[in-house]
Amino acid sequence: MIKKIRVLIAKPGLDGHDRGAKIVARALRDAGMEVIYTGLHQTAEQIVNTAIQEDVDVIGLSLLSGAHMTLFIDVATMLHKKQIDDVLIVGGGIIPEEDVPRLKKAGIAEVFGPGTPVDDIVTFVKQNVKR
Amino acid sequence: MSDKGKNKQMKEKRTDGEKQTDHKAVQENPEHRPYHKNLSNLDIKPVYAPDDIEEIDYLTDIGFPGEFPFVRGVHPTMYRGRLWTMRQFAGFGSAEETNKRYHYLLEHGETGLSVAFDYPTLYGYDTDHPLARGEFGKCGVAISSLVDMELLFHGIPLDKITTSMTINGPAAIIWAMYIANAENQGISKTKIGGTIQNDILKEYIAQKSYIFPPAPSMRLIIDTFEYGCKHVPKWNTISISGYHIREAGSTAVQELAFTLGDGLEYVKAAMKRGLDIDAFAPRLSFFFNAHNDFFEEIAKYRAARRIWAKEMKKLGAKNPRSLWMRFHTQTAGCSLTAQQPEINIVRVAMQALAAVLGGTQSLHTNSMDEALALPSEKAVRIALRTQQIIAEESGVTNTVDPLGGSYYIEWLTDTMEEETYKYFDKVERLGGVIPAIEKSFFQREIAESAYRYQKEIDEKKRIIVGVNRYKLNEEQSIPILQMDEKGEERQIRRLQKLRKDRDQAAVQRHLEELRTAAKGEENLMPYILDCVHSHATLGETCDVLREVFGEYTEQAIY
Amino acid sequence: MTDLASKVLAGDVRSIARLITLAENNASDAVDVMKQIHKYAGNAHIVGVTGVMGSGKSSLILELALEYRKQGKKVGVIAIDPTSPFTGGALLGDRIRMMDLSTDPGVFIRSMGTRGMIGGLTSAVYDVVEILDAAGMNVILIETVGVGQDEVDIVKIADTTLVVLVPGLGDSVQTIKAGLMEIADIFVVNKADTPGVEQTVAELESMLDLATHIERRTPIISTSAKEKKGIPLLFRTIADHKEYLIKSKVYDQRRRQRYEAELVEIIRKRLMDFIFDEDKLKGTVDCCIDQISRKELDPYTAADEILGKILK
Repeated sequence: MIKKIRVLIAKPGLDGHDRGAKIVARALRDAGMEVIYTGLHQTAEQIVNTAIQEDVDVIGLSLLSGAHMTLFIDVATMLHKKQIDDVLIVGGGIIPEEDVPRLKKAGIAEVFGPGTPVDDIVTFVKQNVKR
Repeated sequence: MSDKGKNKQMKEKRTDGEKQTDHKAVQENPEHRPYHKNLSNLDIKPVYAPDDIEEIDYLTDIGFPGEFPFVRGVHPTMYRGRLWTMRQFAGFGSAEETNKRYHYLLEHGETGLSVAFDYPTLYGYDTDHPLARGEFGKCGVAISSLVDMELLFHGIPLDKITTSMTINGPAAIIWAMYIANAENQGISKTKIGGTIQNDILKEYIAQKSYIFPPAPSMRLIIDTFEYGCKHVPKWNTISISGYHIREAGSTAVQELAFTLGDGLEYVKAAMKRGLDIDAFAPRLSFFFNAHNDFFEEIAKYRAARRIWAKEMKKLGAKNPRSLWMRFHTQTAGCSLTAQQPEINIVRVAMQALAAVLGGTQSLHTNSMDEALALPSEKAVRIALRTQQIIAEESGVTNTVDPLGGSYYIEWLTDTMEEETYKYFDKVERLGGVIPAIEKSFFQREIAESAYRYQKEIDEKKRIIVGVNRYKLNEEQSIPILQMDEKGEERQIRRLQKLRKDRDQAAVQRHLEELRTAAKGEENLMPYILDCVHSHATLGETCDVLREVFGEYTEQAIY
Repeated sequence: MTDLASKVLAGDVRSIARLITLAENNASDAVDVMKQIHKYAGNAHIVGVTGVMGSGKSSLILELALEYRKQGKKVGVIAIDPTSPFTGGALLGDRIRMMDLSTDPGVFIRSMGTRGMIGGLTSAVYDVVEILDAAGMNVILIETVGVGQDEVDIVKIADTTLVVLVPGLGDSVQTIKAGLMEIADIFVVNKADTPGVEQTVAELESMLDLATHIERRTPIISTSAKEKKGIPLLFRTIADHKEYLIKSKVYDQRRRQRYEAELVEIIRKRLMDFIFDEDKLKGTVDCCIDQISRKELDPYTAADEILGKILK
């Protein structure tokens, strides 16, 4: 049996900075994962529906515009409402340290800020995938 | 430069790469880094000497400042006559909050204004649009109507100060609001000065705040050129940008090549419309990044001036002002770290110095908290002081282009120009800038460079202080800007009041007229101005254009 | 019937997605469910969309899906991208152009990597087609990798195969592999707003003039997403093709061919799993390969040996 880790990299909201998201997507691909990148301007509904259809193991949310408290939590809440609890959610971008505890409480497993070595993200995903 | 004979002697004396290992100096102190490449991946030699630049003729290839090909500067006396404009990009929350920040910056010595808009505004949505949820004021100020524009510039004399506005998709509308606000204050269009970024090509390539597809977007841009030429003569109707291309991960050479390529595309489009090149070209402006490799950045600006002057001459420009590559610079946001943020002050100082030595007309210095949040008052004040110290204390403004004649700088200027022309050729073979965008050429080049840079950092081939070396075990946090939570509510109420109080029939009529004109070929600025004056909102006006022009969505990862 | 099977047949999205994953991963849990759902499949119209990279297949699929939705049909989309042979990973980006559909409950989109399958078509695609079919999709659009070489495989599974070309995309009609030209049930000249479209259509027409052995003259449809042209016509042409297939009895032939290919693929997979299974024959196989490398054994004799062990 072949088991590939499937990851959805999503950019919620209006933020157009995709340099980091694309780098992470490529790094995860280079680590042997199947990465679905859905582009800019995704609503929580689009992200969650995609995650379900693609049966992903991980959702990576990227945001640099400051709207993470609303948008990341929207995604986590919607997943929770649909009783999807076996997907690892991680986030990255410009997210002040002081916001991280609330994000974690809402279900974001880890937040990777600026300067995070890409390998750290790959390792975290490999070690924390729930299925 | 030097006598050819002397250069031959010099070559023989040199310790070139091949002879390196024999040379005693290298054996005693071997190279402690595996390679010396700059950020464009160009190999840099240990020593540059006259033989590296022996082909250069001062008068034809470099020229004096203010003379073709303008390598040394667009003006003869540069900063001795007038310092660069200290123009700090600012905006957050509501118009009132940002207005306060503008007054603060002006008090502390900034000499030009620069507006950062929030994401809903950048995409042409009002604050109460469903897609604006959670985004109000987070990365810039929210402007949904003329009323907001009035509040934004309250107490600021628009005939005495210039304003740059970083707006692209809805640039024509925001510009119309600025003009309308000035007119309402009794200031004529002919007196106001400033810039709108209005550079849609780089949006598709890098910044991604586009609304409409390429063809109608270009039409709108040329409309603004035309309108500016006739009615707002002191306004730069475009800021052809490389900053964002660089921030997206490109190299310095790519930044240079892609920006100038975009610029030439706009010039050709305007000429196709029938505009006289010498009428609009003097009001084209540019916007570059100031990144870490000190000398590469300086060479980049110098090369940019020469390439632009040469190309504009080729296109038939006769007015010397049409050949001037005037630019604003911002220090590189992407080079600043969240770790040990105070040291960003040092990075910014060096980057700012490079911009000044490169002859920038206008400068924004980033704040130390760039990687954490929008600038706090203290952080932005230090950033401003950085410029003031360079201006007043460093002495670099005493002479124009102080690095002119440096073997390294002249060699690097030439090399960057060569590399740029290689990219021009590639793009031409793909059919031009817009076909190349549709084929994702630029996007792929940028993503490749970004990935390679990240790998270099992760593999410690490139050191970022505080991130992959000289780290702290315990980071200490610095206070960051807190925003007013009530701002969004206030804004929405203001919008609702605006929609109630205005003459709804007039708004509808003007929007209809805009719709009709948009389907045709007339210049849309007068119609947009009418809409804006009657208090149509940004969202309502953009929605009409969205209907007629359609919306652009990205077609590929890269 | 297993719980998963009944949920899939009822159209439960999570279950469909989960079963696809199991089938892709070659999990034994999938086999029982696949056995149970097979008889409920066979109704959907399978449309293969193939063509070189950059020909706009994804946008075309988006437009077609929207047309099908207008008619109230349920649409399945399978978007296939190449898996890197070095890393085993894949960047699946076709969905980017289809995000408008991601909140439509009548559309199911799944991105798949080729996972080492040579030939542009992954072995699990047969399973995924059956799953989506049994789950109630009326049409299944399959977007292949687009390397322009081995997409000939798509013809094994699709009822209707679209070959998408773009004027001036480097390849003129002559340079595209002959195989690709022959499998087309419909030629689509996409991005027809670009210069050179008349030439491309003319080249196709003259090629078709020479192909006297085919019964039905392959239609050539010009489309342009930019100018919103040609999609309704393409849609009707696809429907016409299905009618043609049924009337001419070719439909049953093609279905038979598909099941043959599917059966062969399942057998092949099982055989390979058996042969390369650690507990089964992998030891023998490795030994043989070593001997072949040392020139002590030739590959044919080795095959005799291995097959002999299976057939015993």
